Amino acid sequence: MQDFGAAFGEAFRLVAAFDPDLFEIIALSLRVSLLAVFIAAAVGLPLGATLAVARFPGRGGAVVFFNALMGLPPVVVGLVVYLLFSRAGPLGALGLLYTVTAMIIAQAVLVTPIIAALTRQLIEDMKPEYEEQLRVLGAGPFAMVMTLLWDARYSLLTAVLAGFGRAIAEVGAVIIVGGNINHVTRVMTTAIALETSKGDLALALALGIILVAIALVVNGLVMGLRDTAKRMGYA
Amino acid sequence: MIRIRKPLLTGLVAALVIFASTATTTTVSWAAEKFIVLQSTTSTANSGLYDHLLPIFTKKTGIEVRVVAVGTGQALKNAANGDGDVLLVHAKPAEEKFVADGFGVERFDVMYNDFVFVGPPSDPAGIAGTKDAVAALKKIAAAKAPFASRGDNSGTHKKERALWKAAGIDPTQQSGAWYRETGSGMGATLNAAVGMNAYAMTDRGTWISFKNRGDFTITVQGDKDLFNQYGVILVNPKRHPHVKVAEGQAFIDWVLSQEGQGAIRSYKLGGQQLFFPNAKGGPGNM
Repeated sequence: MQDFGAAFGEAFRLVAAFDPDLFEIIALSLRVSLLAVFIAAAVGLPLGATLAVARFPGRGGAVVFFNALMGLPPVVVGLVVYLLFSRAGPLGALGLLYTVTAMIIAQAVLVTPIIAALTRQLIEDMKPEYEEQLRVLGAGPFAMVMTLLWDARYSLLTAVLAGFGRAIAEVGAVIIVGGNINHVTRVMTTAIALETSKGDLALALALGIILVAIALVVNGLVMGLRDTAKRMGYA
Repeated sequence: MIRIRKPLLTGLVAALVIFASTATTTTVSWAAEKFIVLQSTTSTANSGLYDHLLPIFTKKTGIEVRVVAVGTGQALKNAANGDGDVLLVHAKPAEEKFVADGFGVERFDVMYNDFVFVGPPSDPAGIAGTKDAVAALKKIAAAKAPFASRGDNSGTHKKERALWKAAGIDPTQQSGAWYRETGSGMGATLNAAVGMNAYAMTDRGTWISFKNRGDFTITVQGDKDLFNQYGVILVNPKRHPHVKVAEGQAFIDWVLSQEGQGAIRSYKLGGQQLFFPNAKGGPGNM
């Protein structure tokens, strides 16, 4: 397999040459996935914590539901978002299909259940330690959710990173709703799919190597920030 | 529960928002330009034709062309949903039905190339160097030689099925045995064919530009049954009022004009011409 050697060489060459097309695609990938994860966290964190704290009929069903949605296939999310935003669909008038916005929405839909389900489990495991004390202090359900979320913030970063991993890696949703349009909606994963279909396996693999490197950098940065924040918090 | 280090989190969020908004402004500059969405096929995009053609058109008119490259079946469906302004595909009967059903305004011939069969050097069906496509399919079936089909209702797949029908064979009964439906695009199907030493039918443009050919070569070519005609259609604004009629028509007029046809003719890869313009009586020529 000479493709592997060629791929590493190609990956290095692309990065070293500051290929403008490549950096445009990387920037768009990061922008779409980071924004999608930001939205998903804004919804998923409180949703998961509420699900952990609240007691209501059908709660068990809701927990199973969100856990199952973690396995939502990206291509199905893409198809549903396409059908919603297609000109023939209910939200077609917005003209959002084949835009970056549609891609962000699709990934947010994909990632929200992952963050919600992981948050629910984390908070539920923490809850017994806090519950009595918070009740004595007279904390209402809202205060309880916020306190638990705040105290679990470092662990919850992993839930958010899991969501980011899913978003940056998926191709099925963004290729349908974004259309893989050059200079408009092409991201790393759709570019990899395209180069594979052109039979340029070395270039495809080179892009894959760069994508993995980006995921490493993002995860490293977040973990570094977390450790710094923790140290400063205890200091 | 001690609220410390909130600034850090706030800073992170702020950084993200700033990143997002600066990134958004760059897109707005894109969106502010005039553009059309062209629903088209993988063969035209993957062969590099659009990379050659579209910048010439954009430079002349200021209209950006956003290409969604999918199989002809999906392109027709997307365009019928109004998710595009212009359709450029290669399945004449399906295109004519698209217009007859009121989804498109009018269909024009743009260009052609041809389909070829490619296969491994071992040539288990003994068809290398022959010309008759239908006869070759009969031999492939008789030899039970592996054949990789698109299986995705694309223009190439429609053509392939028509040829099987002409051969009087229903290969789908052998699906999973020697007849293998990949259900993917042309490139993915060629990757699969090379991987499992199977014959495949592809348009010549994709084959010439395809990089993972292994030791595969063209086995069958030159049959008039393997003719591959591309057509262009404006999506009907009566059905979808948001269609950008002026810009879409400008693209169609240009691609059918002498200049557009000349640009198609001048696109060569490895010294070979990939597409042959054959517009006749298009509005651009009147």
